[in-house]
Amino acid sequence: MNKVQNNRAWWLVLPMFVLVAFSAIIPLMTVVNYSVQDIFDQNTAYFVGIEWYQEVLRDTRLHDSLLRQFTFSFSVLLIEIPLGIAVALTMPKKGWQSSLCLILLALPLLIPWNVVGTIWQIFGRADIGLFGWALNAIGVDYNYTANTVDAWLTVLLMDVWHWTPLVALLCYSGLRAIPDAYYQAAQIDRASSWAIFRHIQLPRLKSVLVLAVLLRFMDSFMIYTEPFVLTGGGPGNATTFLSQTLTQMAIGQFDLGPAAAFSLVYFLIVLLVSWLFFTTISHMEKDKSDG
Amino acid sequence: MALVLNDISYKVDNNAYLEGINLSFEAGSFNVLLGRTLAGKTSLMRIIAGLDKPSSGTIEMNGQDVTGLAVQKRNVSMVYQQFINYPNMTVEQNIASPLTLAGCPADEIKRRVQETAELLHIQDFLQRYPLELSGGQQQRCAMARALVKEADVILFDEPLVNLDYKLREALRVELKSLFKSRDCIAIYATTEAQEALALGGSTTLLHEGRVLQSGLAMDQYAKPVNLDAADLFHEPPLNLFHASLRQGKINFIAEHSVAAVPGLNQLPDGEYQFGLRPDHITLEANTEDHIRLDGLVDLAEISASETYLHVSVGDLSWVAHIQGIQPMHTQTPVKLYFPLHKLFVFDSQGKALNWPELQRSGSGSDG
Amino acid sequence: MANIILSGLAHSYSENPSGMDDYAIHALNHEFKQGGAYALLGPSGCGKSTLLNIISGLLTPSEGDVLFDQQSVTHLSTAERNIAQVFQFPVVYDSMTVGENLAFPLKNMKLPKQQIQQKVEEIAELLELSDILTKKARNLSADQKQKVSMARGLVRENVSAILFDEPLTVIDPHLKWKLRRKLKQIHEQLNITMLYVTHDQLEAATFADEIAVMYQGKIVQFGTPQDLFERPNHTFVGYFIGSPGMNFIDFNKMDTSYAAQALFAKLSPVQQEILEEVKSDNIQLGIRPEFVQISQQSEANAVEVDFVSVEHLGTFQIVTTCFAGKELKVRVSEHWHRQSDVLYLSFPSEWLKLYIDDYLVGESMESEHE
Repeated sequence: MNKVQNNRAWWLVLPMFVLVAFSAIIPLMTVVNYSVQDIFDQNTAYFVGIEWYQEVLRDTRLHDSLLRQFTFSFSVLLIEIPLGIAVALTMPKKGWQSSLCLILLALPLLIPWNVVGTIWQIFGRADIGLFGWALNAIGVDYNYTANTVDAWLTVLLMDVWHWTPLVALLCYSGLRAIPDAYYQAAQIDRASSWAIFRHIQLPRLKSVLVLAVLLRFMDSFMIYTEPFVLTGGGPGNATTFLSQTLTQMAIGQFDLGPAAAFSLVYFLIVLLVSWLFFTTISHMEKDKSDG
Repeated sequence: MALVLNDISYKVDNNAYLEGINLSFEAGSFNVLLGRTLAGKTSLMRIIAGLDKPSSGTIEMNGQDVTGLAVQKRNVSMVYQQFINYPNMTVEQNIASPLTLAGCPADEIKRRVQETAELLHIQDFLQRYPLELSGGQQQRCAMARALVKEADVILFDEPLVNLDYKLREALRVELKSLFKSRDCIAIYATTEAQEALALGGSTTLLHEGRVLQSGLAMDQYAKPVNLDAADLFHEPPLNLFHASLRQGKINFIAEHSVAAVPGLNQLPDGEYQFGLRPDHITLEANTEDHIRLDGLVDLAEISASETYLHVSVGDLSWVAHIQGIQPMHTQTPVKLYFPLHKLFVFDSQGKALNWPELQRSGSGSDG
Repeated sequence: MANIILSGLAHSYSENPSGMDDYAIHALNHEFKQGGAYALLGPSGCGKSTLLNIISGLLTPSEGDVLFDQQSVTHLSTAERNIAQVFQFPVVYDSMTVGENLAFPLKNMKLPKQQIQQKVEEIAELLELSDILTKKARNLSADQKQKVSMARGLVRENVSAILFDEPLTVIDPHLKWKLRRKLKQIHEQLNITMLYVTHDQLEAATFADEIAVMYQGKIVQFGTPQDLFERPNHTFVGYFIGSPGMNFIDFNKMDTSYAAQALFAKLSPVQQEILEEVKSDNIQLGIRPEFVQISQQSEANAVEVDFVSVEHLGTFQIVTTCFAGKELKVRVSEHWHRQSDVLYLSFPSEWLKLYIDDYLVGESMESEHE
């Protein structure tokens, strides 16, 4: 009799394959195609090999925005992860208070990106924005459209406001999943709150945190809309991040070839960093279990 | 209807969970798989159910090879250690669920659910939700769901282990009678020898993925094939000691040398392991062929009407299971006696060579 | 080290208990003496875990007081009560090694390193964990993890008491009795009050000097394993202790059958006197299967019963008979051999107990005083 069971099951996976092909593989191939050709119009294109890649990699604009991008992403992670954990820890555990907290936390996540940009653009203005006005009123010379530091701080603040809730919600669910017996045991072992955090909560939050860090890294690394609406990349190029540079190149200058090469380099960077991060974490796990 | 396992092996990443299992189960039989945790009971059940595919070997159902057949097509049901019910359905809907899936007519479903619920004494809870029931009732609900389907094979994977022992006693008796009039194959996995003995039926001893012995639990208790099999039936384990047999004499610990009794004196000279049930040690000499041991009490564990006496004799630690309460303090000197004819004999590999005579009650086991 | 007194304890999980059914524990008074080994025994849902959590301070009782050495600790935290507790399912700190797990409660007490080290090694030795001290706790099997949890409970000196909440649930049967024995030995060595919650009579009896049997939120009997076995105070104790439990025979004073007469004749004068006067209809006679004497021939004062079935359970057999329409079980040796379908049972006076409205009555004075 047949030993391989249920071959029909493969048909169930087929739609997914088709979907992935159309949504990811085919567009990606188009980009690859662009990145190795010099296109003049619909009918004239020359194969240029890796020339665009060389050009892009030598481009100082790219270098600058890459540096800014890393600075931004790491700052975001450094602030949002600890803050998110702290928020999750202080949230009420049950009752209507916890539901209220969850709703309040979820609100920023529901607002569209460009609206977030607009909110902060107005919020931060010195003349009509509550935040900007208040700062100036107490004597802080704050102007995010002119001052580089102010612009950076505003973009960071905006991102923290927008995305810390995500980290907090993830951590909150992770914390809820810890059985009561662990807290009881810790109480009996007379553990301090810090020891409870260090030895029970943090280890059990690890998988959730890995997810949070990955999500926040990838997302912040590709940030576009919010700073574009808020500062337009300025003052000067102070808050011009990678995706904005890319857009300028592709749409502003219509350099499709270099822009395609840029996209692929960009894509590879995200992939590489995520992969590095992920393997480091999983290796740490393995080392520990061998110990 | 019969279920036959031919040379079943199951490996995952070079870890052998089962090796060379040959078993057959008759229709209408109640079968027990007895083994420790990780002995392979659950793996075997999953393979019988069709949840896993064996690495090699075949499964036959009524002479048909069903090895590769998916679980949905096998008409098996399974009851687990955990009480698994659909929490969002009432007890009635839970029990009815396999029939609803099979597309039974509504009045037949109603009738069969009612019958099965009565069988398991949960007819009064049909409109409740599983989580509103006690543990015992939840497990009854899960069992009812398994029974209502009238499956060819019903698998029980330590179903009573999470219940308190009085409930276990009651359910065990019910289970036994439940299957008397059915012609399906019931397979029941347990770690407890008492359960295997109480359930009766044919028992298979599993140890480290292999079958040690098959047959009636009582026979296995009386004549285990080796030390591992003997261990499964003894808690605390058999008392074991090494001794040599020379010219019809056992040269015993503590310089005892005694004449071997019939049965033992047929064995060739050599080194053996001798085993003795804790129950066969007494505090008085009441047989002619007794051996006396002088020891010191390590601990007296007193149960309701009996005492487990842990005694050090030289380097060896002995356990005696004695009727009555013996409140002895640690380090009390004590004399233990045991009859020579109650000794098990194993070779150095643990294979059983001789068993003590067990007086069976001839007509007693027909109840 | 402490004497534990429970006074007028009641607990309900609902905020506004409306009736007795809402109480997990009610009207409970009890004393656990310093240094004793005690067990709380009862079926699931009898309130034993609730009681344990009240003693350890994880739960504050709705009513009543918990006293350690005459001091009320009802509103003190677990840490302030200095209690150690081992839970049903193993709780280990995953990120730590076994050794660090054991050291954890001591570190929290800020003991000097050397002392911690010494104590950890001592307890590890006791529970046979020395070889795995440097292993990560998360990679252990369930029963090793539970040993680590136990060791963590035992590592602190001078705790008021150590509480065990069904600690052997996850342990394989053949390891159970080893660990049980270990605990008993540790108790003998350390002289700490230990309280052990279980639904398993064998675990309770082998571990504890005295057992409190809980039923429906109350302690129905407190006594040595022998007391519980020989003189169950309540029909529930008779049923719950022993496997199979006590046989109960409904007794009707008006019944003039030979069987009823024979039973009545076996009762003590005190019991007979009580029976003459009693108003209640709920009268039962109880006798343990172990104490019923079985014979294959007719004997004086023996009652005739029908054979139903026999179970061979290894070292003994359980014979089920039918007496006056009800099942009556008898425990016999492994060598017992049945010859006919009619058997004769006799009930020794000393083991025949009288229960009125489920409570034991009519015992001679000395045993009542115990």
